[in-house]
Amino acid sequence: MDALTLSRLQFAATAAFHFIFVPLTLGLSILVAYMESLYVRTNDEQYLKMTKFWGKLFLINFALGVVTGITMEFQFGMNWAEYSKYVGDIFGAPLAIEATVAFFLESTFIGLWIFGWNKVSKKVHALSIWLVAIATNLSALWILLANGWMQKPVGYILRNNRAEMVDFMALVTNPYGWLKFSHTLLSGYVIAAFFVMGISAYHLLKKNKMDFFKRSFKMGATFALFTSILLFIVGDFHAAMVAKSQPTKFAAMESLWETQKAVPYNLLLIPDPANERNAAEAVGIPKLLSFLAFHDGNAEVKGLKEFPKGDRPPVMITFLSFRGMAALGILFMLLSIISYVVSKRDRLESNTTLLRIMLYSIPLPYIAGQLGWLVAEVGRQPWIVYGVLRTSDAVSKAITPSQVWVSLIGFTLFYGLLGIIDIYLLAKYSKKGPDDDLSSIIKTSREV
Amino acid sequence: MEFQIIWFILWGTLWAVYFMLDGFDFGAGILHSFLAKNDAEKRVIINTVGPVWDGNEVWLITAGGATFAAFPTTYALMFSYLYSALLIILFALIFRGVAFEFRGKVDSDGWKKGWDIAIFLGSFVPALLFGVAFGNIFQGLPMDAEGYHGTLFTLLNPYGLLTGILFVLLFVVHGALWLSVKTDGDISKRASRVANKTWYALLIVAVLFLIHTAFATKLYANYLQNMVWLVVPVIAVLALLGIKLFASKGQHLKAFYSSCLTIVMITFTGVIGLYPNLIPSSIDPKYSLTIFNSSSSIYTLKIMTVVALLFVPVVIAYQIWVYRIFRHKLTVDGVIKDKEAY
Repeated sequence: MDALTLSRLQFAATAAFHFIFVPLTLGLSILVAYMESLYVRTNDEQYLKMTKFWGKLFLINFALGVVTGITMEFQFGMNWAEYSKYVGDIFGAPLAIEATVAFFLESTFIGLWIFGWNKVSKKVHALSIWLVAIATNLSALWILLANGWMQKPVGYILRNNRAEMVDFMALVTNPYGWLKFSHTLLSGYVIAAFFVMGISAYHLLKKNKMDFFKRSFKMGATFALFTSILLFIVGDFHAAMVAKSQPTKFAAMESLWETQKAVPYNLLLIPDPANERNAAEAVGIPKLLSFLAFHDGNAEVKGLKEFPKGDRPPVMITFLSFRGMAALGILFMLLSIISYVVSKRDRLESNTTLLRIMLYSIPLPYIAGQLGWLVAEVGRQPWIVYGVLRTSDAVSKAITPSQVWVSLIGFTLFYGLLGIIDIYLLAKYSKKGPDDDLSSIIKTSREV
Repeated sequence: MEFQIIWFILWGTLWAVYFMLDGFDFGAGILHSFLAKNDAEKRVIINTVGPVWDGNEVWLITAGGATFAAFPTTYALMFSYLYSALLIILFALIFRGVAFEFRGKVDSDGWKKGWDIAIFLGSFVPALLFGVAFGNIFQGLPMDAEGYHGTLFTLLNPYGLLTGILFVLLFVVHGALWLSVKTDGDISKRASRVANKTWYALLIVAVLFLIHTAFATKLYANYLQNMVWLVVPVIAVLALLGIKLFASKGQHLKAFYSSCLTIVMITFTGVIGLYPNLIPSSIDPKYSLTIFNSSSSIYTLKIMTVVALLFVPVVIAYQIWVYRIFRHKLTVDGVIKDKEAY
């Protein structure tokens, strides 16, 4: 394999691994901050226990999200030097802003939150986790504005053999970036909500600390209800944005070969990329695909054959990932609605089937998130910056295949090991349940 | 002033502050297994850096991000040329970060021992390799129109290694002083002894470094052209002497501030010598990456200047605030009682 293929594999592997930990951080930070605010407001120690228990899991997960993030920043230069040279003038800015505006805030106040229980007042302590939550979400904004620019480049001019920024506000207000941000954020919230519901379900099935886990489950279910519905709505707008600005990706997502008007949506479809057609199409809903693409049932949608073969993304991966993600998205709405209703009526204990389903559903939103990134990144191929720079022109010239082999194997083994350890710790502390002895914290925080 | 120069100064400052802050984390991490007599003492050492190491490391991420945004060509070539060295630094930093977080999460000796090794390697290796990397940057990299003509082992030349050893010793002294300030009783005394003894080695290596620099690099050319800048290395040397002056009197906080100043001034000594290069070419100066031929457009530099002016002072303010909250000395009893500690 050449350095290009290996570098792509490495970027995919390290980004996918990074994105196991980041989305939970996005959502769980908000939930933990909300729990601590409830404690500050009501003085109900149950909320303090919730803050501590979910906060511990948050931290175990957070550590890996942070350290694997450094790899992402370094890799642009290490493996994608030609890319970095070509677009650094505009792409480097959001990355540097992310570090300055978000990472400092996040890392400084996470330290205060972990170690500050008896050093600052209750309010300041709660404020510090809110700042962490804001900072993590803010960092997502900047990195997704950067990714949004790779999807839909704006505010630049090709000059001096590179893309130079001419309109910073265009980058900051890029609608593609904001949709990507909202969609990713909400998917992280759904991951966190399902994580909280799933672990709560585990304890409720064991009849363990019922009040604690019923409250937790209900909080998760409420969060899931809003976020899963919003996620689906934003997803719809996102798909429409793709149809408008990345026609090749949209055609691959839907495996549409011929340009047509009033395109039906086939619930069953088997792509046959080798012969540039679909092997089977069935259960078509009239005009739905045109409607999804342009919010107009009669609109024309461009097919893959409209574009030269060299400009088309891999169809199978893009199509299957998109279908899988969308199906899971619908499932999340259903599960969230049921969970919300059952927990609202206080029927969780008797509903062991639901509890079991929710326990085993923990991985599903993670899978949906990974599939979503496959659609976004594989679907953008062969471009690294859509329509501007090809991935094959972006790889570093100075690196050799053997160097990248070593790093790819190194990352796989090292990350694999860390992933196993992290999941072991998450499972250990999840099963252990909340700590009842909060005396040291309560006593000292009153002294402050 | 030209925006490239503003960003050159900021670039140097980000590295200087990074080395000053993560430097004592590295020092504490290198020393923790040797200085501590039991697990409780190890935990005290880890917990002195616990609340702050993550915020310190972000100075590195920002230095990287600033290089990308302000000097994208340098970022691209530096990171791809130094691929293998950076990879090792990355693994080490990842190892250290998770080690801090995970070490206390399972109550088993084997588990803790494993993470202790991770903390040592995760502190020693980056300290050494950052030094090696900067030594090689000072010297210049073998690069021309065809690209880079070196490997990982090209970097391990005498001057690169000497700079690496200089960095390790600087950070060990710095970390030992940090520990003597942040701990109490016996650990503090042991740390102070380490700082005082290691200082002699540091002095010898620093002198060798200053001499070798004259032969291996062109850093002194700028100083000969404009003697005013000599004030920076002079302060570096005075601060280095100040460390010993204060440490031998038991004034550890002042000694620690002296080592902060030493690290910052040594970094700036190198950075001023580099100007206008970011990475000189050791083959032919016309292939050197300078702040002018590798910078972003003026428009981007202006935007980034506004961002830096708005946010960096805020960052410094809240980091100082958090340092002040954690200014107390840590004791073995306190760490054992504190269930939130690492």
